[in-house]
Amino acid sequence: MPVVSYREALNQAMDEEMARDERVFLMGEEVAQYNGAYKVSQGLLAKYGPKRIIDTPIAEAGFAGIGIGSAMVGLRPIVEFMSWNFSLVAFDQIVNNAAKMLSMSGGNFNVPIVFRGPGGAAHNLAATHSQALESLYAHFPGLKVVMPSNPRDAKGLLKTAIRDNNPVIFIESEVMYGEKGEIPEGEYTIPFGSGEIVREGKDVTIVSWSKILQHIATKAVSRLVEEDISVELIDPRTIRPMDWELIYNSVKKTNRLVIVEEGWPFAGVGAQISHEVSNHCFDFLDAPIERVTQEDVPLPYAHNLEVASLPNIQKVIRAVRKVMYLD
Amino acid sequence: MSEYSINILQREMNQTIVKNNVRSDLFGLSSEILHKWYDEMLLIRRFEEKCAQLYGMGKIGGFCHLYNGQEAIATGSVGAITPDDYVITAYRDHGLAISKGLDPRRILAELLGKSTGTTKGKGGSMHLFSREKNFLGGHAIVGGHIPLAAGAAFASKYLDEKRVCLCFMGDGATNIGAFHEALNLASLWKLPVIYIIENNKYGMGTAVDRASAVDALHLKAAAYNMRNQVIEEGHNVLKVYQSVKAAVDHARRTYEPSLLEVQTFRYRGHSMSDPIHGLYRTKEEVEAQKKLDPLTMFAEILTDANLGSDSYFDAAEERIKIIVDECVAFTENSPEPPPEELYTDIYAE
Amino acid sequence: MATKILMPKLSDTMAEGVILKWLKKEGEKVKQGETLVEIESDKADMELEAYDSGVLRKILVHEGGKAGIGAPIGIIAGVNEDIAGLVNETITIPEKPQIKEAANEESKTLLPSLSQPGSPSIATDNHVKASPLAKRLAIENKIELRRISGTGPQGRIIKRDIEPLIDGNKTISAKVPASIIPGGHRDLELSLIRKTIAKRMQESKQTVPHFYVTVEIDMDPAMSFRDQLNTATDSKISFTDILVKAAASTLMHHLNINATYLGNTVRQFGEAHIAVAVALDDGLVTPVLRNCEQKTILQINAELHDLAERARSRKLKPEEYQGATFTISNLGMFGVEDFVAIVNPPEGAILAVGSIVEKPVVRKGQIVIGHTMKVTLSSDHRIIDGAVAARFLQDLKILLENTVSLLL
Repeated sequence: MPVVSYREALNQAMDEEMARDERVFLMGEEVAQYNGAYKVSQGLLAKYGPKRIIDTPIAEAGFAGIGIGSAMVGLRPIVEFMSWNFSLVAFDQIVNNAAKMLSMSGGNFNVPIVFRGPGGAAHNLAATHSQALESLYAHFPGLKVVMPSNPRDAKGLLKTAIRDNNPVIFIESEVMYGEKGEIPEGEYTIPFGSGEIVREGKDVTIVSWSKILQHIATKAVSRLVEEDISVELIDPRTIRPMDWELIYNSVKKTNRLVIVEEGWPFAGVGAQISHEVSNHCFDFLDAPIERVTQEDVPLPYAHNLEVASLPNIQKVIRAVRKVMYLD
Repeated sequence: MSEYSINILQREMNQTIVKNNVRSDLFGLSSEILHKWYDEMLLIRRFEEKCAQLYGMGKIGGFCHLYNGQEAIATGSVGAITPDDYVITAYRDHGLAISKGLDPRRILAELLGKSTGTTKGKGGSMHLFSREKNFLGGHAIVGGHIPLAAGAAFASKYLDEKRVCLCFMGDGATNIGAFHEALNLASLWKLPVIYIIENNKYGMGTAVDRASAVDALHLKAAAYNMRNQVIEEGHNVLKVYQSVKAAVDHARRTYEPSLLEVQTFRYRGHSMSDPIHGLYRTKEEVEAQKKLDPLTMFAEILTDANLGSDSYFDAAEERIKIIVDECVAFTENSPEPPPEELYTDIYAE
Repeated sequence: MATKILMPKLSDTMAEGVILKWLKKEGEKVKQGETLVEIESDKADMELEAYDSGVLRKILVHEGGKAGIGAPIGIIAGVNEDIAGLVNETITIPEKPQIKEAANEESKTLLPSLSQPGSPSIATDNHVKASPLAKRLAIENKIELRRISGTGPQGRIIKRDIEPLIDGNKTISAKVPASIIPGGHRDLELSLIRKTIAKRMQESKQTVPHFYVTVEIDMDPAMSFRDQLNTATDSKISFTDILVKAAASTLMHHLNINATYLGNTVRQFGEAHIAVAVALDDGLVTPVLRNCEQKTILQINAELHDLAERARSRKLKPEEYQGATFTISNLGMFGVEDFVAIVNPPEGAILAVGSIVEKPVVRKGQIVIGHTMKVTLSSDHRIIDGAVAARFLQDLKILLENTVSLLL
């Protein structure tokens, strides 16, 4: 199987979908001439020209709204936010126009648009450039929220997102762009609402996604294996729609759940997962559900504080040992 | 106007109208069109009055923003485009919806939250839509629709269609961020959108000179190198038509957008919950403006051109009354949306 | 056509309005569209225009007066029209379509989440902390939660506390496949252990004259003693540990129980080597704790754990299941209140321990809720008499009801 980086996988997805459908185009800051702030759109301008790969000024509300308006009348835009932090400038357009258009118009206008870009913290970027906003967008009916954790999922899910006739919030991760992984040969897509059991286990279920899954959860699982603890690691891949059955079946097997997420604790995605699991798997829980989240503070700049604030391996191990009544 | 309304008119049309040579300042418009425009503006006026009555009776809930006094803008602007062109506006949208051809019976049903409404009762007064008539809504967030208009124009250019998009907004919307971002992009990328400011001089109760650093709102286009014009006689449907037509032709030829400012007046409060006059404007000001009633003005023009008479205008009132009564009857006989509708139209297939 | 002027709804939140000023007088002509009256709403002062032309025949609500939305405030009619009927008519106010309170079908399941299907006799949940999983397993396997000491935080009963008991239950029926037809039979080869038990128990019953004495012990002191012990150590002290210690101490004062019949002599032992019965898959084994009279409860606990585990995994050395002077058998965890055991020859007696039962007891003339446990001493009447057995039990009871003496 071919081995590509996360950014190459995204590039391939956009390339293939643009070749397949003339109505697909890409718009965002520095996506064309600069070849992408993170090189995700490298080479696309040369291939498709300035009509379909469009540099925008710094005007998120404006160009997000243009994307939505054009989607209402027949185009299929991909709107890139240089980071999801900047999407907040376009928040009104996304949640009041894109999310609600089909409903408010009584079915007259749907909005087949993909908003994509990197989300979450990188390194030393400080408070306003490091936010994990998936729970914010997952709150709104009418939106779909997708968060691939590896190149194979990035490509398959982005293709599905572009073909979806609804607004899709596609959250990548800057620090994963260079990470390589195997992807299937040829044409493939991955449906929404279908998670993956990354690793089977029997003692405890860990649900995690995106960068935190790759960089923290998997490493914690390896350490736990050495302590003879068998973890079942689940990647939901899409936050909305969420693959609930996959999680319920796992918790019914292991009787223990730890959720590891990058967002803040209050009203985060893990809070929703915790509620649904305690509701649907009540008689199967041997311990209260544990969450490992970012600390409930704006992310500071200093390296040691940043590390202390974000989820880390020790916090995960502690949470697992707690639900297993060790220590 | 919708086919429905036109059919009524053709049924009832007074046959004694003289159709002879049209004056030059009627821009080559046929008497049919001119009569249609009169009926349309009258329909909008009587429709809005009926909305006011129904709101007072508690049958229309929430917000209801009436168009009384601004009819010339809807009729004159939509008169300058084709059915293929897009129209999008904010929440004062009943008049424009009627002009763009939505069935007034279904518009009223929408206001009363009935399932036969233009948006199945799920949108209400501020969210009238029709894909078929290229009416892109009906929007409630001030200025939120302005980038959407540029998007529709963008799509038209991308797909090599010759459509333009007319985007209506109030004077208050020219101060919000989305306005500026959209105008910059429309001018930068040459998008065939015509932005039309319906300057009725007040936001809710804040006069333009207390909200905008610039009084001549159309001049804001200069910041974006955009073609712009002010239409001082917004009560004159022909003047509106002339300016909008020029902007539309320019956009079709060059893809360049325009910002038009139409000076007008609303006879009612900002919405049904707001006073007609009082804290923010005097009764005298309102009364003075009523002398520039678009209907009376146009009636005078038609009379001068031998295209109208008292009997003609009385007959028009009768025709329109029939339409409005039919709207009310249709609405009262329509059911509310069934509970299952709560879960439809959330995601498209 | 006479029409009523109704108080209009002038804002979304308006419920009633105040008439500020009538701009027309009774008897005055009114044209459609003319302003009729000024009304104060909850948001602003608004004007109402006439919807019909005619004469303002009657003002029903005067300046300063209030009226609810939809209530008539005046009548417009022809100048000579009869309006008597309208004046007296009552109005039904047209309702604005309200969003019906959906989900007034509120979940009628306001039952406490502890409600369980079936088994009302297992009144476990009000005082017992257990994970939802543990509760379910307990119900499914008919295990009484209150008999179990939980090893989770704050004594929470968790899966690992229940699981071994499920295994125990299952082992009894493990060899019974579902396919056996009632009325039919099958023959199973006897294992070595089984053969040994068969021989010894038959021998005991045939040669040892058994008699049985039962006593009921107030266990509240022992329970709080145990809780206190458990705060002082990481190990989880069980009642069996305490019982072994108590029995050992009491035996030292009743050497006539800690004895064996030798025909012409009775041998009394100065050390208490106590065997504790451990259930296995296909039988029972009694590992021996040596010198319990000298060991602390903690030592007993550790040793018992170790021995029991090795007993279950068949790793006991011969000297570990031989040489007992006394045996304790506990069926309390199965809900058994009391039973009689068979003396293990050559020992003189065996103590059968039942479950701790929560029940009403009499203390100081009052009925209160207490916890009691029944123990039955089976004794070899060749060397032990009724009174001897009774005195032993009496002292055991006193010791367990005054547990602090165990420290002496």
